[in-house]
Amino acid sequence: MKPRALHLCLAALAFLTLAAIFGPYCSPYSVDQISQTRLASPDATHWLGTDLHGRDLLTRLLFGARISLLVGLVGATISLFVGVTYGLISGYLGGRTDNAMMRFVDILYALPRIVLVIVLISLFDLKLKHLLDGTFLAPLASHARLLLLFVGLGLVEWLTLARIVRAQVLSIKERAFVLSARLIGQNTPTILFRQILPQVLPIVLTYLTLALPAVILEESFLSFLGLGVQAPLASWGTLLADGAALLNPIRTPWWLIVFPSLLLAFTLLLLNFLGDQLRKLQK
Amino acid sequence: MISFLFRRILSSIPVALAVIAICFLLVRLAPGSPFSSERALDPATQAMLETKYGLSGSLPTQLFRYASNLLHGDLGDSLKFRGRTVNEIIGQSLPRSLLLGSIAFTLALALGIPLGAWSAARQGKPSGAILNGLALLTLSIPTFILAPVTVLLFSFYIRLCPPAGWGSPSQLVLPALCLSLPFVGVCARLTRSGLLEVLGADFIRTARAKGVTEPNLIFLHALRSAILPLVAYAGPLAASILTGSLLIEETFAIPGIGQFFVSGVINRDVFLVSGVVLVYCLLLLFFNLIADWLTALLDPRISLSS
Amino acid sequence: MTLCRGTPGLLALLFPVLLLTGCHSRPRADLIICNGAEPQSLDPAIISGQLEGRLTTALLEGLVRRDARARPVPGCAEKWTVSPDGRVYTFTLRPNLRWSNGNPLTAEDYRYSWLRALSPTTGSPYSEILYFIAGAEDYHSGKVPASSVGIQVINDQTLRVTLLNPTPFFPALTSFTTYLPVHRSTVEKYGDRWTRPENWVGNGPYLLLDWKINDRVSLEKNPLYHTPDRVALNRIDALAVNRASTAFNLYSGGQADVLLDKGLIPSLILPELRGRADFHPGPLLATYFYRFQVTRPPFNDARIRRAFAIALDKEAITDKITRGNEPVATALCPRGMADYQPPEGLSSDPDTARGLLAQAGFPNGKDFPRVSLLYNKSELNEQLAIEIQAQWKRELGVTVELRNQEWATYLRSLDELDFDIARSSWVGDYDDPNTFLDCFVTGRGNNRTGWSNPTYDSLLASALAEPNPARRLQLMQQAETILVTQALPIIPIYHFVGCLMFDPTKWAGLYPNLLDDHPFSEIKRAKN
Repeated sequence: MKPRALHLCLAALAFLTLAAIFGPYCSPYSVDQISQTRLASPDATHWLGTDLHGRDLLTRLLFGARISLLVGLVGATISLFVGVTYGLISGYLGGRTDNAMMRFVDILYALPRIVLVIVLISLFDLKLKHLLDGTFLAPLASHARLLLLFVGLGLVEWLTLARIVRAQVLSIKERAFVLSARLIGQNTPTILFRQILPQVLPIVLTYLTLALPAVILEESFLSFLGLGVQAPLASWGTLLADGAALLNPIRTPWWLIVFPSLLLAFTLLLLNFLGDQLRKLQK
Repeated sequence: MISFLFRRILSSIPVALAVIAICFLLVRLAPGSPFSSERALDPATQAMLETKYGLSGSLPTQLFRYASNLLHGDLGDSLKFRGRTVNEIIGQSLPRSLLLGSIAFTLALALGIPLGAWSAARQGKPSGAILNGLALLTLSIPTFILAPVTVLLFSFYIRLCPPAGWGSPSQLVLPALCLSLPFVGVCARLTRSGLLEVLGADFIRTARAKGVTEPNLIFLHALRSAILPLVAYAGPLAASILTGSLLIEETFAIPGIGQFFVSGVINRDVFLVSGVVLVYCLLLLFFNLIADWLTALLDPRISLSS
Repeated sequence: MTLCRGTPGLLALLFPVLLLTGCHSRPRADLIICNGAEPQSLDPAIISGQLEGRLTTALLEGLVRRDARARPVPGCAEKWTVSPDGRVYTFTLRPNLRWSNGNPLTAEDYRYSWLRALSPTTGSPYSEILYFIAGAEDYHSGKVPASSVGIQVINDQTLRVTLLNPTPFFPALTSFTTYLPVHRSTVEKYGDRWTRPENWVGNGPYLLLDWKINDRVSLEKNPLYHTPDRVALNRIDALAVNRASTAFNLYSGGQADVLLDKGLIPSLILPELRGRADFHPGPLLATYFYRFQVTRPPFNDARIRRAFAIALDKEAITDKITRGNEPVATALCPRGMADYQPPEGLSSDPDTARGLLAQAGFPNGKDFPRVSLLYNKSELNEQLAIEIQAQWKRELGVTVELRNQEWATYLRSLDELDFDIARSSWVGDYDDPNTFLDCFVTGRGNNRTGWSNPTYDSLLASALAEPNPARRLQLMQQAETILVTQALPIIPIYHFVGCLMFDPTKWAGLYPNLLDDHPFSEIKRAKN
């Protein structure tokens, strides 16, 4: 692969992001606008067809891109933040603390994440909503589920990263520059964040591009279960889930499955390629 | 070796216990009752049922009661499927998931490793990129799309296999395929990146200089070391693939254990969830142990005693 | 080194060994039915769902049973008489009835089984349906001993039941699952485990051959059934299938002969199926409706509830979303119940709705408080909610937020009245308006709206005590009129339609009916 491939990949992702941000404004339809042209196949007025409620699929896909990319990005960032901090501390402190911290990761690892996420969402969905309702954040209350989704997905994704970072830190902290920093009396946080963090950053960034597709896929599964984004908003996951529910051997509105699938697969491919390229650059 | 096994098993016990305790508490804390249904239940009956199933009293009491039953090998009663014990449900469902899962696991490795190896061998050529893209593609299709589309394609448009059901080998083909496909991609990528790393190493250059042909080079010399990351991944993979998947089981009407992870939580069937989570956790610990042992066998630099 | 080379092989060997466990199959059953999800139990006192009901009525038989059209016909009782005041029924059992283990079946078995379902230690979710019997409710709440319940064994063949009120449908009610008999010594010996195939003792047309969780329940003809000649098929398998698309695929692929539940047919293709010979729709005793939480603003104002109710265009909903030709509901009770004429209800009138909303202080929906519509996630609930949300937005200018919750949370929200509007449905248990109207009596567990109306309560109470059947139904109609035209704690949306799928050239003895009751023992091969 040449850098050209990397540039192409980045350009495509940038295009996708811009389309997600500005696309819904350019569309003559809105995301939750119901019409009487139901289940229309793609034509000149609805480029990608309409769904059961007569809503324009292209508009919903673009809008869904916002939510899916946002969930992916925020979820991955949270996992990054938690995972890196946890791994750094565990690896640097070493000894008993490290042992205990890693045992905790083992435990969470052995807990099926789907169980964790479902319980988290049902446990805090109402509470968060009621909590927000009483404050100036009330307008956010209707998005309580979305906020939980961000946090929940981030919180189950960080485990692998914590392990990777810890392993890196274990080898880095014995190197000369860390030892000398310690000798000249720099305190622990400074050493951690000034000396060690930059060393693990490349691998962390690569991981980010791999965690992003994972989070997007998990959101789609949760949406399929009804725990994802709240209707009538849409994410790629809810669009796919709605499409999947319409599959049958007699008459299938193919556009409702083919287009969301293609878009999701394409985006995940791009992100995975990007991860591959970044990993190669590190070598 | 014995002491390695002994230490690993010993250290696994607290992990398994903690997992079960967390799972039990989380499900008990979630809002809603396992006994409620569309038709309202009177409070007296509700209380009676809670006492009957050991869900009365404070949470720690409940957990302690559950734990002491666990020590006697009793996983408790299902709250949704009343009259059935969790032992019985797992006893009936797990063998089926193990059967389907072992086929899917074999498939994932049997398709993933050659795919990864091949795309590594064609590294830098367009065919290599296509193969790599293929592997990525299997990762990018959610199962809830993959499974129903597979049924439509191979049961209705091409009448190859029955669309769903359990009992005959032909009914295993499609679900095994769908269950394994996402993992084919992961196996292929791990094999590929492992190989690419190894192919640059000294002993491969030596072998190449000695005139070993390229396919032999990859499959006989390089693959053994290159497969190490895959072996480490195969532990968790085996555990999750052997405990099945909600979507595969629902789409293909397979009476396995995978659906209980989700339906158990949704129904607040706390003993059932804790039971299946325990199974998953034990499988995970077991296969991680196997993976570590295999890694030590494959890689002379690692010893089990360290 | 040699050891190492063997290891991948070892790995490959380890798993196919597991292939040996599992796959074994019986010859195909005479009839394979898709019955819905996995049955939660087969104990008649514990079950509450329709799919479990279908299985238990094949395995056990009450005093009265239902025929293929769900009409009540003599079951284990060959005849019965009623006292002039309509409160005492005397059932005479068929002679020489036997359980499947050969034990004689007597009137005492019924008394035991009914008291067992009522006993607070059984934990039956449906004990309420026995409250028609005098003393039953007090016995359930522990106020009186079992001997005070109006169930009296005269002799082995005669059972006398004293009721609280004259209840014309009581004989038909004894076909209901909670009234089915269980074999006492089996239940006492095995406790909760008596429903296992190896322990099973029943008196119905079929025996429990096998029960594999999430797979199938296999039934085999009971040779000791009182009229075995009536039962045509020797073996029936009832498959447990959760998902409509899977059930439909199984049916289309020929692996299942009958789909028994509308929930097993994807609603998208209902219009396409309607013309087919193997599609058999029919009205059902079930209603889909929305509840209001009436104890807090804004829906404590009846004008606002009315505005929301009449702003809806229900035809558009059944036409575009449910797609099964469902009748639009303006009353809670569906039409077609014996002699009962539900009130007309309110028809769609968006102009008046806007007026009412303005009167209540929200012209054009201006400053209307943030309210939400609660539903449990399922395809259809969500599609309806989206459509109705859009209609309210369009007609009233009010934005109702959608809120879906998974099942257990949703039920909890209903019970705690933690909602503004919530979707609900109710399936009638027996052929009488009381099965619907009783839900909204003050303080009932199924009320779930906070609504309380003394006139409604007293009308229903006097209806129940009324010996004259015509007058009785009239009082019920008056009560329902309050419910659906004045107070409106609910908006009825549509009445369900049941759909059966089977090939009529192969199978007979299956008819769509109001109670959606399709006894397995009535199904036979079609004569060509």
